[in-house]
Amino acid sequence: MDSLNSDVLLALPEIALLAATSAVLLISLYAGRASEALAYWLSLAALAITAVLVDFTSMQPELFAFGEMYINDPLAVAIKLFACLTVATVFIYARPYLRQREHARAEFYILGLFATLGTLVMASAHNFVLVYLGLELLSLCLYALVVFERDSSDASEAAIKYFVLGAIASGMLLYGMSILYGLTGSLDLAEIHAYLGNRGTDSVALVFALAFIVVGLAFKFGAVPFHMWMPDVYQGAPTAITLFIATMPKLAAFVMAIRLLSNGLQELLTDWQQMLIILTVLSVVFGNVIAIAQSNIKRMLAYSAISHIGFILLGILSGSAFGYAAALFYTVIYVLMAAGTFGVLSLLAQPGRDLDRLVDLKGLGSYNPWFALIMLLLMFSMAGVPLTVGFYAKLYILQSLIHDGMLWLAILAILMSVVGAFYYLRVVKYMYFDDADEQFRLQRSPLAHTVLSVNGLLVVALFIFPNALLNYCMQVLN
Amino acid sequence: MITLTHFLALGAILFSLGVAGIFLNRKNVILLLMAIELMLLAVNMNFVAFSHYLDDLAGQVFVFFILTVSAAEAAIGLAILVVLYRVRQTINVQDLESLKG
Repeated sequence: MDSLNSDVLLALPEIALLAATSAVLLISLYAGRASEALAYWLSLAALAITAVLVDFTSMQPELFAFGEMYINDPLAVAIKLFACLTVATVFIYARPYLRQREHARAEFYILGLFATLGTLVMASAHNFVLVYLGLELLSLCLYALVVFERDSSDASEAAIKYFVLGAIASGMLLYGMSILYGLTGSLDLAEIHAYLGNRGTDSVALVFALAFIVVGLAFKFGAVPFHMWMPDVYQGAPTAITLFIATMPKLAAFVMAIRLLSNGLQELLTDWQQMLIILTVLSVVFGNVIAIAQSNIKRMLAYSAISHIGFILLGILSGSAFGYAAALFYTVIYVLMAAGTFGVLSLLAQPGRDLDRLVDLKGLGSYNPWFALIMLLLMFSMAGVPLTVGFYAKLYILQSLIHDGMLWLAILAILMSVVGAFYYLRVVKYMYFDDADEQFRLQRSPLAHTVLSVNGLLVVALFIFPNALLNYCMQVLN
Repeated sequence: MITLTHFLALGAILFSLGVAGIFLNRKNVILLLMAIELMLLAVNMNFVAFSHYLDDLAGQVFVFFILTVSAAEAAIGLAILVVLYRVRQTINVQDLESLKG
C-alpha cells in the first residue's frame, strides 16, 4: 500500500494534468459561447498546477515508480517544467490569432494539453512501452492540430503527409524495439543497459535494431534525410499551429533521444555515433542551403529548424555529459527563439491571410519598430550572432565537439552557420531597408505583447547571464 | 518444426511489404493506411514470437498497447482523409503536391 501511495505521489503531475484536461473537455462542452475563453483560462491554470506539482515531485526521495517503468530524475523534471512553460506561452500567442480567424474553439487547448501530457509521459518513461505511448499521445494530437482549420486545402494535405510519415516513424521505432526486446529479453531501459554491459555489443542484430530506432528518432526530430514532412507541415498548418509544432515537440524529441540512446543504449555509443554523424552533416548542410531558396517564411523557418536540429544532434552524438547538457541548452534556447519568431508571425497575421511570404515583412521596421526589433533579436540569435544567446548555444555545442576530438564536424558546423546567417539577415534587410507594400496590423492582446517582448529580451538577457541555465543543464544531465 | 526464425522471417517480410506499399503506392491514400497497419501488425508478430520463446509476458502486453494505439491512429488517419476528400474531392496520392519549394 505504501508503495502504491508513493507511486501515485510521483506521478501526480501527469494524473493532475489528465484530470484537468478531461475537466476542461467536459466543461467546454456545456459552456456554450463562453467555452473558448473558459478553456483558455482553465488550460493556463492546469499548466500552472502541473508545473507546481512537478516542482513538488522533484523533492520526493524515490526515483522510480510503477515497477521501474516510471522515472523521476532531474532531466524529467526539467523537461516537464520547460514543456509546461512553453505550452502556456504558445497558448497566449495563439489565442488572438485563433479568435481573429473564428477558429477559436476549445479543442485547440484540449489537444494542446493532451500533447503536453504525452510529452510529460515521455519525459518520465523508463520502459519502451511508456516511450511509445507518450510518443503516440503527442503525435496523434499534433496530426489532429494540423488539420484544425478544416476548410484549408493546404492544411489537409500537410496533415495527411505528416500522418503517413509519422506512422512510418512509429513503425520503424517499434520494429527496432521488438528486435531489441528479442535480443535482450527486456523492455526496461536499465535492464537493456545492464544486459549490453554484461554480454557485449558485438552482434549484427543489435546494430540492425539500433538502425531502426535511430531512423524512427530522426523522423520524429525531422533530421535529413527523414525531414520530408517538416517544410510541408510548417507551411501548410495555420501559423498558430506551426507555432505549437515548432516548439514543444522538440523538447519531447530531445528527451526521447536521451532516454533511448543514453539511458538504454549507451553501450552502443560508437555505433549510433556514426549514424548520427551522417544525419547531422546532412541536416546542417541541407537545412541551411535549401533555406536560402525559400520565399515562404514558414517554409524557410522549417529548413532553419532542420539545421538547428542538426546542431542538437551534434551535441547528443558526442555521448558525453557535457555534450548532452549542451544539447539540452541548445534545445531550450531553440524553443525560446522559435516561440518568439512564430509568435511575431502569428500576431501579425490578418483575418483570412497569414503573413507567410518573406516580402510580407517589408517595412515592418518603419510601421512597427518594437516588434521589428524583437524579430531582429530573434533572427540574430538563430544565426548565432554575439550579444544574443544563440551564440552561446552554438559555442557550447562546438566546445563539446572539439573536446571529443571531432574538429572537422565543428568546422563544418561553423561554415554552415555562416551560410545560414545569409537568410536570417535577409529577413532583417526586408524589415529595415525596404518600403512596405502593405501594412500588417498587430492583433490587439496586451498579454501576448508583454510575453512576446519578454521572450525577445530574454534572448539578450541570457547572453549576459548564460551560466545559470548552462549550470542547470549540466546538473540535470549528470 | 516451426522455429523462432520462421516467425521473424514472416515478420520481416510483412514489415517490408508495408514499407514498400507506402513508398510504391501512387494511387490511393487508403492503401497507405492499410500499409501502415501491416507494418504495425508485423511488429506485433515479432513481439508475440519473442515473448513466446523468451517465456516473458511483457512482449504480449506491449502488443495490446500497440493494437489499441493503432486503432486510435487509424481513426485519426481516416478523419484526416475525410477532411482531405471534402476539401479536394480526391484522395489520389499524386494530387498531393500543392506544397513544395
